[in-house]
Amino acid sequence: MQLEPATDIPVRLSVNGEKRELTVEARRSLADVLRRELGLTGTRVGCETGVCGTCTVLADGDPIRSCLTLAASADGTSVETVESLAAGGRLSALQKALADHFGLQCGFCTPGFLMLATALVRAGGPPDRERIREHLAANLCRCTGYTPIVDAVESVLRDAA
Amino acid sequence: MSAIGRAVPRLEDERLLLGRGRFLDDLELPGQTWMRVVRSPVAHGRIRAVHTAQAEAMPGVVAVITAADVASAGTIPVRQLAPGLDFTPYLQAPLAGRFVRYVGDPVAAVVAEDPYLAEDAASRVGLDIEELPVALDARDSAGLIPGSFGDAPAQVGTVEFGYGDVDAALEAAAHVVAVDLRTGRQSGVPLETRGLLAAVDERTGRMTIHGATKVPHHNRRVTARMLGLAEHRIHMPETDAGGSFGIRGEFYPEDLLVPYLALRTGRPVKWVEDRAEHMVAANHAREQIHRIELAFDGGYRLTGLRGEAWLDTGGYIRTHGAVVAVLTGAMLGGPYRLPAFRSRVHIVTTNKTPVGTYRAPGRFQNNFVREHALDVAAGRLGIDPVELRRRNLMGAQELPHRRPMQIFGAPMLLDGADHRGHFVKGHDRVGYAAWREEAEQARAAGELVGCGCAAILEKAGLGHDSAVIQVDAAGAIRVAMGGANVGQGIETVMAQIAAHEFDVDPGAVTVVLSDTDILPDGGGSYASRSTVVGGSAVKMAADQVIARARRVAGRMLEVPPGRLLVRQGGFEDPDRPDARVSLGQVAAECYSPREARTGEETGLIGRGTFVADTMTYPYGAHFAQVRVDPGTGRVTTLRYAVTYEIGRAVHPELVRGQLRGGTVQGIGGALLEEFRYDESGCPRDVTFGEYLIPRATDVPDVRVELFEDAPAPGNPLGVRGAGEGGNAGAGAAIANAVRDAIGLAGDVGELPLTPSRVLRLLRNS
Repeated sequence: MQLEPATDIPVRLSVNGEKRELTVEARRSLADVLRRELGLTGTRVGCETGVCGTCTVLADGDPIRSCLTLAASADGTSVETVESLAAGGRLSALQKALADHFGLQCGFCTPGFLMLATALVRAGGPPDRERIREHLAANLCRCTGYTPIVDAVESVLRDAA
Repeated sequence: MSAIGRAVPRLEDERLLLGRGRFLDDLELPGQTWMRVVRSPVAHGRIRAVHTAQAEAMPGVVAVITAADVASAGTIPVRQLAPGLDFTPYLQAPLAGRFVRYVGDPVAAVVAEDPYLAEDAASRVGLDIEELPVALDARDSAGLIPGSFGDAPAQVGTVEFGYGDVDAALEAAAHVVAVDLRTGRQSGVPLETRGLLAAVDERTGRMTIHGATKVPHHNRRVTARMLGLAEHRIHMPETDAGGSFGIRGEFYPEDLLVPYLALRTGRPVKWVEDRAEHMVAANHAREQIHRIELAFDGGYRLTGLRGEAWLDTGGYIRTHGAVVAVLTGAMLGGPYRLPAFRSRVHIVTTNKTPVGTYRAPGRFQNNFVREHALDVAAGRLGIDPVELRRRNLMGAQELPHRRPMQIFGAPMLLDGADHRGHFVKGHDRVGYAAWREEAEQARAAGELVGCGCAAILEKAGLGHDSAVIQVDAAGAIRVAMGGANVGQGIETVMAQIAAHEFDVDPGAVTVVLSDTDILPDGGGSYASRSTVVGGSAVKMAADQVIARARRVAGRMLEVPPGRLLVRQGGFEDPDRPDARVSLGQVAAECYSPREARTGEETGLIGRGTFVADTMTYPYGAHFAQVRVDPGTGRVTTLRYAVTYEIGRAVHPELVRGQLRGGTVQGIGGALLEEFRYDESGCPRDVTFGEYLIPRATDVPDVRVELFEDAPAPGNPLGVRGAGEGGNAGAGAAIANAVRDAIGLAGDVGELPLTPSRVLRLLRNS
């Protein structure tokens, strides 16, 4: 099917457990729709080319780049964003660990890292630093030098093991 | 327990972890429009025409402007003048009118109802540009007259620093080692691109500009001047910023365009830079060509250092003016004993993105140049590189040391305690000798593993800053100070400094940064200055609050004020445990008619302005161990450590974080990062897919060793500043380690040491 970029398309999503029915232009990214249509500004955009991972959200449990994903193509998926992590206002173990290890400075990449690492923590497995580094290498951080982010994820995996 | 010196939780974290933050693009205002900049696709050209009619006719387009619309604003001034240099012909206008000077030079701006529409419309603005020859090499271009600056030459001027007869020293030297080196074009590339949102309140006529950081008070002054407004009509509130690294927050063309368009359209105007724009529009840095000559006596002691450098400043002179050149030139000597010194830097325009200050400006470059030359010299002279440094670093008896020259109009007073001692202590603490042994064994087994180190001199704490602390009648403490949030944790650190004085938990202190409505003036956050200068202002303001409160509390408790102790946010008489008043009770009393009649400001308010007469000079050392893959030329950093004299660490973990993060940026600069151009001046690296910054698998765990052996004498906190010491030495240490790994007799030539460059070195070694 050929579509003009400005064609309006109906999209049904589950976002942080809530059903959303929207009409969006075919060309709108999922990141822009989350931020501008749904007001979920915790998902941030760093490069718009899928390289930095700042915009990472979970789609049906898997980390995806919401800047590269067209909202229309996410139709029918269940999306989780950083806003879902603190149940009842209490920081998740990962959020708390990042604070305890000083794993964030400017905090711009933090939501993306949280979602990326949430997928790893849910999958479980050994708290092996090399494995954690491999997983976290999907995203970019320009402030911390990564060590304290690895420390935080390691501590959560260790506590879970 | 003192709030200073403890790794307390960061005040910034909760909002950032919850995804709340308050970054520029998180803010949407009713009726908001979007700006998109139309940029030059050519590196150098004469503008024949800009066709806007088609864009203007598009639905949803609110305005399209070109240079003529903003001509009365003039050009963007420099923040710091440099004696003897006239930047006038080289300053950038908000929109280019007659000539474009780099790919990305703003030529027109479009405002539309939606960001996608603004981008659509910008693509319909037609540019008719006659291409002109491009200049892409600073040294080759120095003598050119490009034509686009009138009669002015491509070389803006030179800065020179020195003392003693360096020519004679080189002439008389037992050994002279000369090295030619280059550093590539790099930048801070914060993960949040730049952005601004300006809105005019119709009723008050005041404009609020969101998104300013680094130097908001300065930027308000420039905005007011360029738009012909009174400063008090502009409000710049604080913002979260996704990293600055020196490059975010300077006054750029867009900083004028956004408020101008908000005034013109009467609608809120937002601009968020996209990444490809950022890569050509935000300041670049570091591209320099260096020659360095070292003179040694028969005992391998330095008798002179002569340096000459060509700094590629890009298409225009931006706000820093000559700051990068000054720091490159003046600090080339590092922490070494140098009887004679001369360092000259040529500032040359080319047809590339303009250059600005990127974390450790000048020092990433000059530490690489000096430290690499020392390693080359060690090889030629047959002396161990560690021993060569030990022999030439200034020791405890030689410090403090006044270099007989000025930097930024102030004496260069090296206020450290012991550069040699630090290097030796750091070397031992890190276990560098064992790293070298390990590398030697690996080489014996056929692997290309090597080690490199570097001794660095840093600088911090420039200028002045102000703070106001107010305690309300409920005891709530608010600190307003002139630093800016660039992601460094400044709220936490300022809260700690105030909390220490009031003996409260830092979490009980609210910090407001660089809000131009609250604080009349603020210095901003750059040059590792905020804790040194702003923190000292906060301490002074807190001291003033306590002095006033003590008097009032003494009267309230009917005891001599001098006897009272500050405990847990109140005053207590140590001899009478029941005699206590809280700061809130004192503040309430400070509003009483009785207190008003004392002539002091009503309420409990303290104000402080701290002026740094000279900079403070922290220092440190970097140690690296790398492995080179002989097949691919890829360099893997196996071990890395930084040692650093911080004077006093207000928050040791944040200091470590600054140094570790900076080091990883520096490793990126040493191995990965480079903005390259083709022969027509077209940029080749406009995404993170081409401009590679380190990922988690590209770097090891960087070890940071902090020393508090030498509190800074020039500020009441004794702090030295930590922002840049990580970046500053990484190019040097990595280059030396690569040279060691592949057994080069000569130098590595240039940074970054990308795989293709390392392969070339391997072929030639």
